[in-house]
Amino acid sequence: MSAVSLTNIVKQFGTFTAVHRMSLDIAQGSFVTLLGPSGCGKTTTLRMIAGLLDATEGEIAINGKRMNDVPIHKRNLGLVFQNYALFPHKTVAENIAFGLNYRNVSKEETQRKVADALELVQLPDLGARYPKELSGGQQQRIALARAIVIEPDVLLLDEPLSALDANLREDMRVELKRIQQRIGVTTVFVTHDQTEALAMSDQIIVMSKGRVEQVGSPEEVYNSPASEFVAQFLGASNILSGTSLGIQGDELGLQIIDFPRLVIPRSRAPQITGVGPAKLVIRAEKLHLVPKTAPADDRLAVAATVENVDYQGQSARYFLRVGNHALQAINMIEDHPFETGAQVSLRFRAKDCSALPGGTSHDAQ
Amino acid sequence: MSIEAREARQPWILLAPALTAIFLLLIVPLLFIVVYSFWLRSAVGADTPGFFLDNWKAALTDRFYRDILLNTLKISAITTIACALLGYPAAYFIARSQGNKMILLIMLMLPFWISYIIRTMSWINILGVSGALNSVLMSLGIVSEPIQMLYNETTVILGLTHFLLPFMVLNIFVSLDGIDTSLEDAATSLGATRWQAFLQVTLPLSLPGLAAGGLLCFVLGAGTYITPVVLGGPRDAMFANLVFEAIIRQLNWPLGSALSLLLLMVLGVLVAIYNRYLGMAQLAKGLG
Repeated sequence: MSAVSLTNIVKQFGTFTAVHRMSLDIAQGSFVTLLGPSGCGKTTTLRMIAGLLDATEGEIAINGKRMNDVPIHKRNLGLVFQNYALFPHKTVAENIAFGLNYRNVSKEETQRKVADALELVQLPDLGARYPKELSGGQQQRIALARAIVIEPDVLLLDEPLSALDANLREDMRVELKRIQQRIGVTTVFVTHDQTEALAMSDQIIVMSKGRVEQVGSPEEVYNSPASEFVAQFLGASNILSGTSLGIQGDELGLQIIDFPRLVIPRSRAPQITGVGPAKLVIRAEKLHLVPKTAPADDRLAVAATVENVDYQGQSARYFLRVGNHALQAINMIEDHPFETGAQVSLRFRAKDCSALPGGTSHDAQ
Repeated sequence: MSIEAREARQPWILLAPALTAIFLLLIVPLLFIVVYSFWLRSAVGADTPGFFLDNWKAALTDRFYRDILLNTLKISAITTIACALLGYPAAYFIARSQGNKMILLIMLMLPFWISYIIRTMSWINILGVSGALNSVLMSLGIVSEPIQMLYNETTVILGLTHFLLPFMVLNIFVSLDGIDTSLEDAATSLGATRWQAFLQVTLPLSLPGLAAGGLLCFVLGAGTYITPVVLGGPRDAMFANLVFEAIIRQLNWPLGSALSLLLLMVLGVLVAIYNRYLGMAQLAKGLG
């Protein structure tokens, strides 16, 4: 039985449709991420599961029970907000105990559970403080403790890390995942940050404009994007228009102008059925720059010109030109980055490419 | 001059015009009144300068003054409570309304465009013997004679509430508007009903605004002069009316001075208590 199941969910605000007929099943104990840019409907979906918004159409079920008409305070969900939403007039311990007060838990039991929750988020000594005396990261941990102490059926996290600064965010990411695995609660996580999604999720649901673009494991959505949008949104991808030359066994032939002929695994292009227009997708970090004079190796090679360099310390992002195509490559820097204007050889492997069916030309800029 | 010295002087340069005005128009006249309160009024009309405690003795011991002072405080207290009860739901509604918040706030301010006296007198047209309410009651046949509804303590409280309500709503609104709505969402997600979430989270967090509005209503109410004159009966005088009586009718400036200082001190103590526990910053927020 799914922990959360959405069936043909629609949400309209006036004439604007925020979520179009979305269906989704979330397995017990899994960590599922709704990923997409702002306005894609991910937070709206989360708020419908939480009971903060009514679904215009469709059914929401938690543990097999229809929840559409169950008010939020009876849904037994743990909710963590981007801005923490800790009660500023209550101490940390009172904040964590808040949900227990509505659950027939004895005083001693409450105290014990609060202490356990503080222990779990590794802030055992902060019970007597007020939220404003804590750092952002500590506040976020307390918000998490408050949400999980009630042993919710589902934990809903609405961009919980985006208010933190970069280093802290990475620590909290690991911490959050550790806690989630420890207590095994089904978790729905909303974020616009692809790195967070890839690092934490069992399953990623990529959304755009109120529709689901792809559902899959982090590796699936990263390596085999189901649409141009997914390819662009998860990391920098190059998308080149070309022609599918047809399928032979487990392989698909592709012809791209200015490129050598490519043969990619069939599994990387599940949507292509035969000969016709197609698009090649290759990630920026899979394109390797080598000097023009470098000896040939087992990789494919194509001549390119460096048009611009974005120096990032340990790596560099190169803006390249191959014939009429503008490409991006992200490479680790050995010694010195290539300079603007340099003539280089671009090396890549066909197995790192994927392909989508395509009509109109659309080069990555 | 060093940059630091110039920067240290700058606030005083900017404040100088306002401080000068306050000093000349408020502090100096107030000092005159303090001095006056120790003079003695002679029967022939000319006041005797000096240091006499007679006025203060009268102001502090005369039962007549004491009763009116207590009545004044009682009327302002009732008015303040009425404003809080009526104002809170309105402020909550405005703070939580999406989009048309500005329009609602402008509507709240609208009454200030009409003179306070006119607004107070408008109650005569509503509650008077030939007013709207009596006309309706008579035409419906509920009463045969018009009822005298005006000129009593209730109408004074009604008029004061009408006058002071926007101050209360504004103060509560400012404090509610600063409360993150996700706090109530968080509370309900943890199992509290909407009402419990309000009592546990929103209400305590809005208390500073409620207190600021309360202080403002109480002080303005206690110092009111026009409302009891227009809407009160002969027995409904409030303390400001006593001061008026002493100074304008009896030309007893020394006694009037002592009485007005007495009211100032009583209200000053209240403001000091408020400031001790909640701070003036909250009041400034509500007025801004």
